[in-house]
Amino acid sequence: MNDYLKKTDMYGKIWIWTAALVVIMVPVAVCVAYNAWPPITAVLKGLLGVAPMFWTVGVIEVITYTPMLGTGGTYLAFVTGNLTSIKAPAALNAMENLGIKADSEEGEVISTLAIATSSIVTTLVIVIGVCLLTLISPILNSPTLQPAFNNILPALFGGLGVVYISKNWKLAIVPLIFMIVLFLLVPSLADAVGVLVPVGIIVTLAAGRTMYKKGWI
Amino acid sequence: MNFNVNSSFLYIIAVCVIIFVLAQSVFFLVRAYRRGKQLGMSSAKLRKTIFSTSIFTIAPAISILLGVVTLSKFLGIPLPWIRMSVIGALTYELPAAKSAASAIGVSMAETITDPSVYTTVAWVMTLGILPSIILPPILMKKIKGGMLKIKSKDEKWGEIFMTSLFLGMISAFLGVVFADVRQGLVGFIPLFVLLVSAAIMGICGLLIKKFNLKWLETYALSISMVGALVFAVLITPVIVG
Repeated sequence: MNDYLKKTDMYGKIWIWTAALVVIMVPVAVCVAYNAWPPITAVLKGLLGVAPMFWTVGVIEVITYTPMLGTGGTYLAFVTGNLTSIKAPAALNAMENLGIKADSEEGEVISTLAIATSSIVTTLVIVIGVCLLTLISPILNSPTLQPAFNNILPALFGGLGVVYISKNWKLAIVPLIFMIVLFLLVPSLADAVGVLVPVGIIVTLAAGRTMYKKGWI
Repeated sequence: MNFNVNSSFLYIIAVCVIIFVLAQSVFFLVRAYRRGKQLGMSSAKLRKTIFSTSIFTIAPAISILLGVVTLSKFLGIPLPWIRMSVIGALTYELPAAKSAASAIGVSMAETITDPSVYTTVAWVMTLGILPSIILPPILMKKIKGGMLKIKSKDEKWGEIFMTSLFLGMISAFLGVVFADVRQGLVGFIPLFVLLVSAAIMGICGLLIKKFNLKWLETYALSISMVGALVFAVLITPVIVG
């Protein structure tokens, strides 16, 4: 590991542990300021509804996205969130545009640059939105625009997908068919699409290994 | 201090958190930019990445803003603002708030007036997402080491492995548009939107290749996404009726 990557790892750890502290301090500050500590049973009951699912997704996301996003990109993306809807596509698109591999140092730089940019833009859009909320709230809630907000992911992954699939169509066939059949048979899985990302990866890896051994790719 | 979901105190906390997030992003942006220059990457290339990413981010960021608006009726502005800016995503924050609300037996249709109800929701939303921030520094070394091992053993397979990660993710998000097709024509809308986005991207790709329109590379994903979203707005009323 060169000096830049070592320092990125060190700075990344400092930032992410500080971020963890900042995140925890938010409810602590509210509890102290209003002298309103919640009943532990209520918190546990609420957590029971989300933790099993989201803690699992959290573990899966860290394992699957870290190799794609690089060191700096990972530390930043996991703090700023919205991984699948903004950060990962932003990094992939930026690397693809420049024809750079994710596991190279140039890939590390471009991925970090894209994730940092999208974090800043997202934060600023929300800041502007919050400042102008009374003005834009009716527009955001207008029934005319709802189909756009309901279809952000298909609109995003259609464009991104066609680039990747056209370049790696042999490797893409099996996981695509697998996922289409899976969602046709069990539509309720749509709510847990995050959990199915590693399933897609395992299927792609299995198909890829077989094709590689046979000399097809 | 009197409790109010939109109190100045809560806004001050939100602003502090936002400044922290911006500071971290700017820190990594500047470091990556400088490193890119050291590696011999041109300023034009690096600026192109920043510019095209900025344009592409705007539409999904507005949908996140919509999440803040949705949750603000129940939680006020500051808490959803914080949660959407740090770690959060609408796919998580909404179920977390719902779960906390049902645990304490309150309706999400009304604004919270009791501070202990508010702190319960805040703790559930925070603790539920915590592994996403704690695990990267713990697992980074192992994951990076594993990737290096695969690559050093067989470079070609290392490349296929990397591409498989991307394709695995993409195939899951492409497959999910088929989830509702059994509901009839309405269920096909996400699939149509995806196909329109793919078609626009394909046309952009052809234009870039045929007419050497290099500048279009910067905007291709944004154009295909916005084009598909406009299509969704137009086609939905026609299909739904």
